[in-house]
Amino acid sequence: MKEIVVRFLIGGLAVSFFSVLGDICKPKSFAGLFGAAPSVALATLGIAIFKEGTQFAAIEARSMIAGSIAFFVYTSAVSWILMHRAVSSVWVTTTCLLLWIAVAFGICGSGDLCELKLI
Amino acid sequence: MRFWLGGLITAATGIIAKKYGPSVGGLFLAFPAIFPAGATLIEKHERERGQKAGPDGTEAARKAAAVDAAGAAMGSVGLLLFALVISRLLPEYEPWMLILGGALSWTAASVSLWLIQEYQWRPSNISDQRSATRRPPFS
Repeated sequence: MKEIVVRFLIGGLAVSFFSVLGDICKPKSFAGLFGAAPSVALATLGIAIFKEGTQFAAIEARSMIAGSIAFFVYTSAVSWILMHRAVSSVWVTTTCLLLWIAVAFGICGSGDLCELKLI
Repeated sequence: MRFWLGGLITAATGIIAKKYGPSVGGLFLAFPAIFPAGATLIEKHERERGQKAGPDGTEAARKAAAVDAAGAAMGSVGLLLFALVISRLLPEYEPWMLILGGALSWTAASVSLWLIQEYQWRPSNISDQRSATRRPPFS
């Protein structure tokens, strides 16, 4: 329980830090960079190295490659849809999370990048 | 709100990694948990600002969110580099050096990409005019 609270606090602080940076930067496309800042990764990997060791963290970072590619596909799709279709950003950004899941797990499941052990 | 979302996804990532292993947990290090809230806020603020200035700021607001998403797409290339640096070099080098190196790699890649697209798409007759309606990258 203590570890979860520590993770929560560190993660919350890291995300808030990058969010504030994004808020103060202009123009919007530059501020958008901070939407993909490695805030959760910095917090999680730091704790993982400390608690579980470097091998565990290295495996997490390897899977993160698939997650990053999925993030790129997700944000590109969101940007294109918002630019070309008259839909609200709430609908697009939440629906496209399914795209992130499909791409991330698709890359992970189809290659040697990560070993999925869901069951 | 972002503090809560960030805290929740970081805690959830730890729980997922413990339950399903680091391979599945690692995927969620690049999960866009905060992004929908941020994009929605930008759209809301731009719509309110647009409605003050004119009859309908909806389209400009949506385009502002699209530009923000395009920026995040460039940042995700930096995120990929961050993951590559950490995963390739972690067992061999000091962790603090790699985390610092990864963060610097993210900054360098993201900012470089942004600068490239900025020079690529900036209209030649407008020196420093930037707006949400300007053509964004990846569109």
